[in-house]
Amino acid sequence: MGIRLDGVSVSYGGTTVLDSLDLTVEPGEFTALLGPSGSGKTTALRSVAGFVRPDSGRVFLGGRDVTDLPPYSRGIGMVVQSYALFPHMRVDQNVAFGLRAQGVPRREVRTRVGEALELTGMAEYARRHPRELSGGQQQRVAISRALAVRPQVLLLDEPLSALDARLRSEMTTELARLHRDLPDLTVLHVTHDQGEALTLADRVALLERARLREYDTPRNLYDRPRTAFAAGFVGSANLLPGRLDRGSVRFCGLDVDAPDALPSGVADGDDLRVCLRPHRLTLGPSEHTVRGRVTDLSWRGSTHRVTADVDGHSFTAEVPGTAEIPDLGTTVELGFTRRDLVVVPAGEEP
Amino acid sequence: MLVHDRLTRRSIQTVFLLVFLPLFALPLAVILAASLSTNWSGALPSGFTLEHYAAVLNGPTLDALRVSVVTAVIASVCALVAGTWAALSAHSLGPRGRRVMDALFMLPVAVPTVVVGLALLVAFSSPPVLLNGTQMIVFIAHTVLVTAFAYQSVSAALDRLDPVHAQVAASLGARPARTLFLVRLPLLLPSLSGAAGLCFALSMGELSATMMLYPPDWTPLPVRIFTATDRGALFTGSAFAVVLMATTLLVMFALSLVRTRAGHR
Repeated sequence: MGIRLDGVSVSYGGTTVLDSLDLTVEPGEFTALLGPSGSGKTTALRSVAGFVRPDSGRVFLGGRDVTDLPPYSRGIGMVVQSYALFPHMRVDQNVAFGLRAQGVPRREVRTRVGEALELTGMAEYARRHPRELSGGQQQRVAISRALAVRPQVLLLDEPLSALDARLRSEMTTELARLHRDLPDLTVLHVTHDQGEALTLADRVALLERARLREYDTPRNLYDRPRTAFAAGFVGSANLLPGRLDRGSVRFCGLDVDAPDALPSGVADGDDLRVCLRPHRLTLGPSEHTVRGRVTDLSWRGSTHRVTADVDGHSFTAEVPGTAEIPDLGTTVELGFTRRDLVVVPAGEEP
Repeated sequence: MLVHDRLTRRSIQTVFLLVFLPLFALPLAVILAASLSTNWSGALPSGFTLEHYAAVLNGPTLDALRVSVVTAVIASVCALVAGTWAALSAHSLGPRGRRVMDALFMLPVAVPTVVVGLALLVAFSSPPVLLNGTQMIVFIAHTVLVTAFAYQSVSAALDRLDPVHAQVAASLGARPARTLFLVRLPLLLPSLSGAAGLCFALSMGELSATMMLYPPDWTPLPVRIFTATDRGALFTGSAFAVVLMATTLLVMFALSLVRTRAGHR
């Protein structure tokens, strides 16, 4: 069952939190709503769930207009950041809640609760109370509870944000496995964590200030961003001011042949932004080379981050941890090729 | 900070004991002492006796205790149902309706109790609804007086209640009534039992409105205490008061057990 938002606008007391959002999620697709806080991503999810009534626009689930339906008639599953397990019920009673509410026969409830807990590896905790479980275990139960009702649409509202880094990566793997195991389940996942979005999603909807900025596969969003905002928000990027001049890109005193694929809206003579991913920069000269003074060094285990000041512009390179690292304050050469270059229109940056 | 200094902490504790002990604990101790004495002419009471308590066990007083407990239970249950219902409705009304409801439920607290008693007396002393001289009018008065407190504590608890549980319940297909009874009310249980204890205690101690309304066959214990002391039987009155106090504390303690159990889940 697909999801379609058709010009959905929401405002609270004069502030527009969602501005005419059009979004289509195909059946079985995993879509991440990614954006900084206040971008409207949670509001978009809540309007699909039915907790927010759009001021205008329609919400469709599987082709059916559900804009006027209450949440309990929409047939969705939802997992929230705070888990929201019912504290007065055992794990199995929590999972059974939705099944009972939908009038599933008692015997079937028991088997389906078992299946749902099996799915997240929580079967042995069925008779515990939520307070006896760790955060990660509680979130697994919450996922089981949402899946037990066999929803065709699963809404995830920052489900991993309350977990520590190790658990978060473990649960990310788990969610990816669930998505593979349940190919018919359409998932809408709200997150401000780009790593989560890139890893899990088939497509990422990037929101900023109540508007949809880009909607594309993670790969395209990362490799070929079409806006400066996307380039800066998804992965890290060196964003440098430049200009398109008769088929070549001029920036930082360099003159590089323009990439084959130029984004729409960039014409000859226009100001633009050059996006260079830190991991594509190398230490030492290459096809194109800039020189700068090292202003910052940080070691990240497998990589080093070297930041250099090039004519007043900051360049960050991510080089292997095994590389020979220059000292702070020394002059360094950073190289890249024409293929490493992505050009985006000059615009708002995150 | 200030309280981390040992000397400061000690002096604060001493001041607390000096001020609060005489104000709150000693009067109760005096009643307890008086209830066990035959006379009190010097600084301390004298003549230890249990005969005042024997007086409790004879018919009318034990009856009065039963009347008080029954009244308090009925009033608390009605107040809890009405107050919770009203608080839930007020919360779904939006800010303006909420303010009207809050003001409405402040009225019985703001208006002197005697006035509430008088109002009920005037309202129900003539047909079509003639309740004067019935137990019903006592129940109504107590319910009216304590519902405000039930409303306020449930309303405050609803403000603190995270709506996310109810929303998840709805997303799982539970209709509002199911969500209310299986999710929201259980989450409110600690506050509900607190409100119940408060209502019970207030009703057990209510005198001024009751005085104007009680029928001869329905004399609550505070009225008995008042009439006993009014005719000079101070020590007997004290024994009645100790019984009233003990019963109230016992019920509140039982309700606090419910609260801790609910809170632990």
